[in-house]
Amino acid sequence: MGSIKDKVAIVGMGCSKFGERWGLGAGDLAVESAYEAYEDAGVGPDDIEACWVGQMYAPVNGIAGSTIADTLKLTNIPIIRNENWCTAGHIALIEAALAVASGVYDVVMAIGVEKLKDTGYPGLGTGRGMNPVYEARRTAPGSFGLIATSYFNKYGLSMEEGKETIGKIAVKNHRNGSMCPKAHFRNKITLDKVVNAPIIAYPLGLFDCCGNSDGSACAILAKADIAKRFCDDPIYIKGFGISMDAGLPHTRPEFGWTSFEALKNSSRQAYEMAGIKNPREEIDLAEVHDCFSITELAIYEDFGFSLRGRAKEDIDSGFFELEGGLPVNSDGGLKCFGHPVGASGLRMTYEVYKQLQHKADLPERQIKNANRGLSHTFGGPPQLSAVAIFGNEKG
Amino acid sequence: MIGITSFGAYIPIYRIKRDLIAKAWERGSLRGERSVANNDEDSLTMAVAAGTDCLGGFDRGKIDGLFFATTSAPYKEKLSAGLAATVLDFRSDVVTADFANSLRSGTSALMAARDTVKAGTAASVLVTAADCRLAYPRSDQEQLFGDGSAALLVGSDGVVATIEASLSINREITDVWRNDDDMFVRTGEGRFILTEGYMSSMAEAISGVLSRSGMEASRISKAVIPSPDYRSSMSLAKKLGFDPDSQLQDSLLGSLGHCGVAHPLMLLISALEEASPGDTILAASYGDGADALILKVTEEIGNLKNARGIKGHLQSKADLSSYQKMLSFRGIVEAASGEPFRLFPSASAYWRDQESILRCYGSRCKKCGSTQFPVQRICSKCRSKDEYEKVRYSDSRGKVFTFTRDQLAGRSDDPVVVQTVLETEDGTRFYLMMTDCNPQEVKVGLPVEFTFRRIYEGANFHNYFWKCRPLRNGGANHG
Repeated sequence: MGSIKDKVAIVGMGCSKFGERWGLGAGDLAVESAYEAYEDAGVGPDDIEACWVGQMYAPVNGIAGSTIADTLKLTNIPIIRNENWCTAGHIALIEAALAVASGVYDVVMAIGVEKLKDTGYPGLGTGRGMNPVYEARRTAPGSFGLIATSYFNKYGLSMEEGKETIGKIAVKNHRNGSMCPKAHFRNKITLDKVVNAPIIAYPLGLFDCCGNSDGSACAILAKADIAKRFCDDPIYIKGFGISMDAGLPHTRPEFGWTSFEALKNSSRQAYEMAGIKNPREEIDLAEVHDCFSITELAIYEDFGFSLRGRAKEDIDSGFFELEGGLPVNSDGGLKCFGHPVGASGLRMTYEVYKQLQHKADLPERQIKNANRGLSHTFGGPPQLSAVAIFGNEKG
Repeated sequence: MIGITSFGAYIPIYRIKRDLIAKAWERGSLRGERSVANNDEDSLTMAVAAGTDCLGGFDRGKIDGLFFATTSAPYKEKLSAGLAATVLDFRSDVVTADFANSLRSGTSALMAARDTVKAGTAASVLVTAADCRLAYPRSDQEQLFGDGSAALLVGSDGVVATIEASLSINREITDVWRNDDDMFVRTGEGRFILTEGYMSSMAEAISGVLSRSGMEASRISKAVIPSPDYRSSMSLAKKLGFDPDSQLQDSLLGSLGHCGVAHPLMLLISALEEASPGDTILAASYGDGADALILKVTEEIGNLKNARGIKGHLQSKADLSSYQKMLSFRGIVEAASGEPFRLFPSASAYWRDQESILRCYGSRCKKCGSTQFPVQRICSKCRSKDEYEKVRYSDSRGKVFTFTRDQLAGRSDDPVVVQTVLETEDGTRFYLMMTDCNPQEVKVGLPVEFTFRRIYEGANFHNYFWKCRPLRNGGANHG
């Protein structure tokens, strides 16, 4: 596998307010993020040579790309829609970067948009798998609950210990989210509240589950060697990794339900491309896929942030807090910022981008000396992982 | 000689105390308890369960037919016997027929199976009978009815009870009926239907079959005389010269309830479970006339593998905690279906995948031996393409590998969906909902078995698939 390290830069980004945006359609959400990105990059629609749209559900008619192009009036350019479960936004971004790196385009857009609140479902719906019979009544919390049961069982955590361990992740993300003006949920919560919340899918309670939100985030990408024409502080793509675990985990032979090959492979690919040997030390912030608190825990271990089976120690020591050794989900994560599926990868990248530019919206949220950041989404039952690593300097 | 070569039964795990039903209506209780099918069960799933119980140790590829008797078929138009034969993994060149509409159709199916074997059309036919009849709320029948099923394998090889004689009496009478759009069973005036219906037809059939075969009532080891109430079979038996105390097979009304079409066959199975070689059994059934058969138990009965049968299933039970649940489980009151479904099956996709959906086939890679469900064309381990053999898992047992109790997806009357990843003895993973369980008692490592259930009504037809359930006690199911 080759490398695109330092060949492509993000020169502008935008992110809509996340939440239950009943009054706005998918197109309106796209306008919010795209025009912030245009302004940030100092460009307009005429400068965009191609556009990648990350969208999972596209409620109402199943059509995503042309809806967004129609609204943004992106005329005479290709619109490429990416659907890859929760990684759609990330993969749209990576596809856009690959197209720039190929030399075909100089300036492109990657935009993630999801209008979940038009589905008519609370949550992501039931029977949301790939097969209506084999996966009947499967829900998202129902699948990720399987990880928690298995993890607690394998590492001998009592239900109370397990719930508290993952509960601390939710408390952290709520604290971070409370400081983010664009986040869906901005309330701080106590561990007591997390642990005693109503069960959604045992052992996951209400606060172990992320928000179901509407939202959009957008990036303008340019060839690295022309990036400074657009802004003084472009953010360079250092590496990426995308990996699929073929075969539903539920029926995959010998699958352990505590660790995912896709997580390990995608992070390893991204580290290799970015030249990262010790992610725990070399990454200054990470935005990872905390669709459920247990998912964030599994990611700590599969990404090499924590030792296998010992994420609890890092959680207990506050290593992933905003002031810790490796702040994770500094904007509140999916948990609080919200999870409009296809938009999330770009929303996470927006946070990394702003942090690496040292332009966090509130100074108290700014992570000191943030130079290298990672964003990551994990999708499907789950099976599919996408990682991107960014830096604020070349090299 | 032709006769019964194996038998099995099925009784839903749930029982409700009749006192609970009586209390809900502030009326008298008929005492005891009745069985109630779970909200994912119907006559078809129960017939499959009884068939499975009956077929332990038998090669399913060697069975030539399936008859299914019920008054509560899941479809008004569409063959249930054919669906059951597919789920039980029979060949396609088998005789299938539904026997319907009369409470007597279970014995009609049994006699038809005997005749089919006798004619040489089939060497072996599985007779299944199942019912979940609904009675008017507050009626006696609401307490008296139960849900259950029976299966008898009929053939001429390894017969455990030969069918020596039979007699059918046709009697046109409107005594117990449902019009084509009725939900609940209607009954005529009590004295009329008892004297001119049950008593007269049953007496004629039973005394007729006895005299045809030159038998005295006293020579019958057990008389299977199903009863529409607690008393009538006893007075009938007495009138016909039987000693009710020693000869009359227990009616099971107290512990199970009257299971409609299945009931006479369930009582016959109950009698066979206690029988010794040489015993003579009289089996009768009532409905628009009466059938009566004489069976003789052979030495082979000792060789039959132990099915759960009636005895085992009766022992294995769980209390249904409320009358309201009985109403909603049986569809008398409507439950909200839980979160709306995102995906619906199409009839063509369901048809295409029936080997896995209905027959429960997984695949075993011929190259590396790895197994997976559903059938995979490309091995997930060694990626060999189209080099697999099909393996049926419906008889397998496994253990819970991991699970969750999902509170989003359930029905309003049964809000917790237990989703399990289970591993079978050969290491195959299944993602199945767990049924017939106390969700709070599920844990990693819990032993489970497969059970065929109704999943939902997507695309306007009944979508059946397999679930798992905690291993039922009460006998060695070969399951």
